[in-house]
Amino acid sequence: MNLRGALCLAMVLLTIAQAVPLLSSQAAKAPDPKELAAVEKIRARIEEQSKKSATAKPAAYKVTIPNTTVSYGMAPIPAGEFTMGSDAPGAKPDEQPAHKVKLDAFWMQTHEVTWDAYLMFMFTDQAREKEHPDALVDALSRPTAPHLEMSFGRGNQGFPAISMTQYAASKFAQWLSAKTGEFYRLPTEAEWEYACRAGGEPAPKPLDDVAWYKKNSPQGNFTSGTYHAIGTKKPSAWGLYDMLGNVMEWTLDQYAPYAAAAQQNPVVPSKTSYPHAVRGGSWNDEEPAVTCTARVKSDASWKRQDPQLPKSVWYMTDAQWLGFRLVRPASLPSALDMYRAWNNGVEVDPF
Amino acid sequence: MPSTPRTHADGIERREFIKKTGAGVLAAGFPAIISSQTVTNAVKVGLVGSGGRGTGAAAQALTADAAAELTAIADIDEAIVDRAANRLKGSEKFGARVKIDNAFFGLDAYDKVINSGVDVVLLATPPGFRPQHLTAAVNANKHVFCEKPCATDSPGVREVIAAQKLAQTKNLALVGGFCWRYNNMIQEAVQRVHNGELGRLVAHYSTYYTNPVKPMPPESERPAGMSDIEWQIRNWYNFTWLCGDSLVEQAVHNADKIMWIMKDQPPASCVAIGGRAVPANGGNIFDHFEANYLFPNGYRVFLANRQSTGCYNATHDYVMGTEATLVLGVGQPRIETPDGKVKWQFEGEAYDMYQKEHDVLFASIRSGKPKNDDLNLATSTLLAIMGRNAAYSGQQLTWDQVLNSQVSLVPKPVEWNAKHEVPGLAIPGRTTMA
Repeated sequence: MNLRGALCLAMVLLTIAQAVPLLSSQAAKAPDPKELAAVEKIRARIEEQSKKSATAKPAAYKVTIPNTTVSYGMAPIPAGEFTMGSDAPGAKPDEQPAHKVKLDAFWMQTHEVTWDAYLMFMFTDQAREKEHPDALVDALSRPTAPHLEMSFGRGNQGFPAISMTQYAASKFAQWLSAKTGEFYRLPTEAEWEYACRAGGEPAPKPLDDVAWYKKNSPQGNFTSGTYHAIGTKKPSAWGLYDMLGNVMEWTLDQYAPYAAAAQQNPVVPSKTSYPHAVRGGSWNDEEPAVTCTARVKSDASWKRQDPQLPKSVWYMTDAQWLGFRLVRPASLPSALDMYRAWNNGVEVDPF
Repeated sequence: MPSTPRTHADGIERREFIKKTGAGVLAAGFPAIISSQTVTNAVKVGLVGSGGRGTGAAAQALTADAAAELTAIADIDEAIVDRAANRLKGSEKFGARVKIDNAFFGLDAYDKVINSGVDVVLLATPPGFRPQHLTAAVNANKHVFCEKPCATDSPGVREVIAAQKLAQTKNLALVGGFCWRYNNMIQEAVQRVHNGELGRLVAHYSTYYTNPVKPMPPESERPAGMSDIEWQIRNWYNFTWLCGDSLVEQAVHNADKIMWIMKDQPPASCVAIGGRAVPANGGNIFDHFEANYLFPNGYRVFLANRQSTGCYNATHDYVMGTEATLVLGVGQPRIETPDGKVKWQFEGEAYDMYQKEHDVLFASIRSGKPKNDDLNLATSTLLAIMGRNAAYSGQQLTWDQVLNSQVSLVPKPVEWNAKHEVPGLAIPGRTTMA
C-alpha cells in the first residue's frame, strides 16, 4: 500500500470512529448487570412515553416534575456544525486548536438546575415519593445526607444547586429521566460550547447583560459575591439563561487537549476521577474566564472540607460556584450508552 | 459479641524481631524521644472507630507524619474494619505504612487496640463511648486524637476532664476534634474579637440549620434477633445516649465557637426549647433546638439548630459588639460596622483544618512538647449538653448544675446482646435532667 492508500484507509477508519454512537467508545469496565437492567427499564419507560407524546418538531417546552410544583424549560438546539475552541489572539492554550465539530440535535435545559429540583433528588420526602411510590425510582441511587449545609447560606428557592460531584449530577439525570420518561444526561463539552455560542460570539458584550460574574455578584452578606436567582439576566439567542456566569456547569467529558481534526458528536470518556471539563465561569470569576470557550479542570481540592475517607462521591464541599444543567438528545441512545452517561465509573477519589 | 484478634503471622514476627533487637528498646522509649532518620522512629497509630470519619482521621495521621504507621484498628464488626483497612491500604501516598497487625472487632476492641503496642490512638466512635475510650488510652500512656463531642452526658464530661488532667500530668498529647480551632480563617476572626475590634460584646446568634444526618430506618428493617444495643449502635445518630442529640453531635461546633469567643469561660445559665416534628421511628433525638445562654456581663448567646428537609438552611454566626459585628459562615469571615461597611475580611487561603489537627498533634509529639491544652474538648461539649438538658427538661439550668449533673445516659456496662429500652422523646416540664 502506498502512502496515499494508507492515508485513505486512515481517513476511512477515522470516519468510522467518528460515526460510532455517542459514548460507546468509552473504555469503561463492564457495566454492572443489575444497574444495566434498571437502565433498560427506564429506557422502556422513555420509549413508551415518546409514543404517547411524539415530539417530531423540535420546539421549546416545559416539564413539571411529577407530583411536585417544580418545573423547568427545555430549549431546542438544532443540529449543526461549529468551530470549537479558539485560535484568537489571547486564547488560552487549552482552547486551541480551534476545530470543526458537527453535532446532532438536542434539547437543553433553559436554566441551571435549581435547589428546588435538586433537593427532591437528595430527599425523597421533598419529591413526595412516599405518597406516590414508583419501584423504578425507588431503586435508584440517591445522595447520602450531607454533613454540611450545602448551599452555605446562599439560599435555596430559585437558586442554582451547587457543590455536587459530576457523578451526582449524572445520577440526578438518571433520576429525572426515570421520573419524567425523558432521557437526560450532562451535555458533552462540545454540546455545551455549541449551545453557549448560540450561533454568535463566544464572549458576548457587555457581559453584564447576560452574566453574573465577579464584578456584579456581591450581594448583601456576600461581599465577595454569590450566585443569583436563575434567569435574572438576558437569555441567549437560543433561549438559554446563565450559560455564562452564575455557576459553572459540569460537562460529561474528561478534560483533555483538543485535536485539530474535525469531529462528530465528540466526547472524552472518563478514565480518572480528575480532571473533568467544567464550563461557563461563575460568580467567582473575572470577565476573561467567563466565555463560551474557557475551560476549567475539576480538581480534588474541591472536596477539601470533606473530613471522611473515602470522600463523598456526592458532594464537592469547596465548589460553591459549581452547578450543572442537562440535555436531552433528539434521538434515544441504547441502554448501554444511557448507562455510561449516568455512571462515570471514576466517582471514588484516589487518595 | 467477643472481640476477636486477628493477629497476622508476619505481624507477630515483626514485633518479636523489634523486641529482640536494640531497635525495640529504643522504640519502647517512645513517645518522649524519637531518634530521627532511623527505622525505629516509626510512630504506631491505632484507630478506634473505623467509619468514614475515623478512616479520614487515620489518613490525616498518616499524612501528618512520614513515619506514622497504622498498626491496629477496631470497630463493631469485621466488615467495617476490613473496608477501612482496604481503603487505607489502597492509598498511593501512605498505603505502604498501613501495617495492620491487629484488627479487632466488638465492644472491647478499643482496649485491645490501646494495648497492642501503639503510641497514638485515634478515637472516632460514636461519642457515647468516648469517655471510656479516652480514659483507657490515657491510663495506658497513649497520645490521643479525640473526636468531638467528647461525651453525651455530664458524668462523661467529668470523666474526660479527669483524663485531660491525667494526660497533662503524664505529658501525653491530647488533641480534640474541634476542627475550627485549627482553621486559620476563624483563628484570625476570633483573635480580632479578642483584640476588641467589636467593642464590648453584646450578643451572639449562632445557627446550624441543615438536613437530617442519618435518619432512623423503620423497625421493619431490623434483622431478626438483633439485640437492642446492636440496633442502637448501628443507628447511633438517633439515640441521645450515643450521639448526644443533634445539638451535641453537630451544633457542638457552634458551641465551640461560642466558648472560643468567651475564652472558654462558662455561662451562668441557660434556657432552651426543642422538639421533633418528624416521627422519630424509635429513636429519641429532637430535630430542632434553640438554646439561650446568659454569660457574665449580660452577654447573651442564642444557639439554634435544625435537622429537617425542605426548610431554610444556613450555618452562621453573628457576634455582635457595641461597635461592630463579626459574621461567619455567610461569605468570607468578616467584621462589619453598623452602617454595613466591611472593616475586615479574611483574605488568603484557608488551610485544611482536619489535616492541621494531625499536623499539630504529631509535630508536638515529635518535639517532645505534646499538645494537651484543648480543654475546650470538655467545656464546649458541656455547653451543648447544657442546651440540650435545658430543652429536654424545660428548666433554667446553671453551669454548675450541668457540670455536676448525675444524669447518666450511657448504660454501664454496654453489652452487645443486651436488651436496652431507651426513654421516649423528652417532654419539657416532665423530663428531669438536673
